Amino acid sequence: MRHPLVEITRVKFLEFIREPEAIFWVLVFPVLLSLALGVAFRTKPPEALAIAVQDGPQAEETRDALARDRALAPRILSVSACREALRAGRVALVVVPGAEVTYWFDPTRDESRVARLAADAALQGSAGRVDAVAATDRLMTEKGSRYIDFLVPGLLGMNLMGTGMWGIGFSIVTARSRGLLKRLIATPMRKRHYLVGQMLGRMAFLIPEVGLLVGFATLVFDVPVRGSLLALATVSILGGMAFTGIGLLVAARPRTIEGVSGLMNFVMLPMWIFSGVFFSPARFPDALQPAIHALPLTALNDALRAVMLDGASLAAVAPELAIVTAWGLAALGFALWLFRWR
Amino acid sequence: MSGIALRGLGLVKRYGEVVAVDGLDLEVRAGECFGLLGPNGAGKTTTVEILEGLIAPDSGTVEILGGSWASDPRELRERIGIQLQETQLAEKLTVLETITLFRSFYKKGLDPAEVMRIVQLEDKESAWVRKLSGGQKQRLSLAAALVGDPEILFLDEPTTGLDPQARRQVWEVIADVKARGGTVLLTTHYMEEAERLCDRIAIVDRGKVIALDTPAALIAGLGAEHVLEFETESATDLARLRALEQVHDLRRDGVTVSLTVREVHRAIPQLLAELQAQSVALTRLTTHHATLEDVFVAMTGRHLREN
Repeated sequence: MRHPLVEITRVKFLEFIREPEAIFWVLVFPVLLSLALGVAFRTKPPEALAIAVQDGPQAEETRDALARDRALAPRILSVSACREALRAGRVALVVVPGAEVTYWFDPTRDESRVARLAADAALQGSAGRVDAVAATDRLMTEKGSRYIDFLVPGLLGMNLMGTGMWGIGFSIVTARSRGLLKRLIATPMRKRHYLVGQMLGRMAFLIPEVGLLVGFATLVFDVPVRGSLLALATVSILGGMAFTGIGLLVAARPRTIEGVSGLMNFVMLPMWIFSGVFFSPARFPDALQPAIHALPLTALNDALRAVMLDGASLAAVAPELAIVTAWGLAALGFALWLFRWR
Repeated sequence: MSGIALRGLGLVKRYGEVVAVDGLDLEVRAGECFGLLGPNGAGKTTTVEILEGLIAPDSGTVEILGGSWASDPRELRERIGIQLQETQLAEKLTVLETITLFRSFYKKGLDPAEVMRIVQLEDKESAWVRKLSGGQKQRLSLAAALVGDPEILFLDEPTTGLDPQARRQVWEVIADVKARGGTVLLTTHYMEEAERLCDRIAIVDRGKVIALDTPAALIAGLGAEHVLEFETESATDLARLRALEQVHDLRRDGVTVSLTVREVHRAIPQLLAELQAQSVALTRLTTHHATLEDVFVAMTGRHLREN
């Protein structure tokens, strides 16, 4: 006969994989979410600015001079067509050639002001102006700094939170409401075996959960994992354990699914908002920052981002891991104290 | 071990104003099947959960297998098997997985395959609990109680809500446990179940044991072994019926009159002659062997099942 801890863990895992909805929310949904957000916020190549050259003498020369800047897309239009295109926003700027060049544009449109500067520089350059200061461009398009790169570690943290809490909370409250917990303590089973088995069973599906999302983000969006896989695994496991402990605490008393659902959302909602899943928590006022950074999900997301994007070592994220672990242990301790078996 | 497997003395449990168990005493002998028979709400479940160590009594003591729940609960849990009245086992586990899980909690016990054979669920080994019928679920619940090879088996209303055939299958399993020398404590509000399975029965009403004996002795205690029930077109003079030589006891329940009688073949002619003398016509007459139901009615004036 196997050890009860092994049996409880096994049963917990079997019950999970036999629940199609759970599989979807834990494994498929985060991937779909990262896909949707990654596509929505994908980086677009810069588009050339459409500008018009008013038809007349020197129109062709002017157009050719402007076309030398590849950020500009000039074409020649009649006077009336120029006015129409400018008003409808189809061009950012109208250039009226002549001895004195006229720039015709709406100064409230950013792209129009940019087009005016670029067009003037192109025309002055082709007329022989020499730059007084030498300058080169350094472009910020490297991977690791895009929105999808910011997003994926946040989704990973959010998923570790959600799965840890729901995965534990639902099954425990269901077992309590069905009288199964009471039946279990009528056996010689050790209570801690049950609770630890629940946690271990949940941790068993942490591997596909993290692996799938990170693998998908790496292959499809080229999201980097610059730190070691060991560091990523350690942070994920500690985060998963911590939220499992919090899930156990939330599930310590409720007798109904409705009761535990409300409590879960109450606990998770502030972290969805404040902990930097979808945007940086730096946007919140300074006065809130200490509280925000004390939240377990903030610490977990910070650690995940540091490891994945900055290649941080475990030692470098030790403060965040300490916060995460402290939450997990405190919650587990309270859960054991509060837990009701019937 | 002494002949006593389980003893409860002066058990009291209150829930607010309600006294669920009101000074209840009982002793279960090793190797016997002991029944707690009573209507719903009589305090049977509270009593049995006190004996199982799941509820602490407000006062009174429980002695079980020579120990007590205060001194070594885990060692006692190894030696007893429990079926609770309303346990719903995990729906998405199979029969074998459920039994194997429960087996892992006990240091020693039966092989899961052996238990599945005892409860006649071998062909359901790989079926999910959700797919089982009510009777099969009840037998799986029995399996979970048996898998630790218990010295005492506690069964709380093991057949409530089952159809007659499923009930008989559960009875076969319990009879099998008894035949293997196990001690069984069961609660029921089916007198037929108590009569059929139990060596001794405590009739429980309002948290107290109001009678305790073998089923035969309890029925014999009525002083007569048959019951005649009849209805008439018009009112009868009950005092004259009561005076008949064969009538041991008389009770009227609405339009039905019940007579407890010693010998049916003598009592019926006497009854018919008397009704004729009173010029009262019969509309119904039935007769049956006295049952525990009749014992309960005689003692409390109420029926076990109010329907």
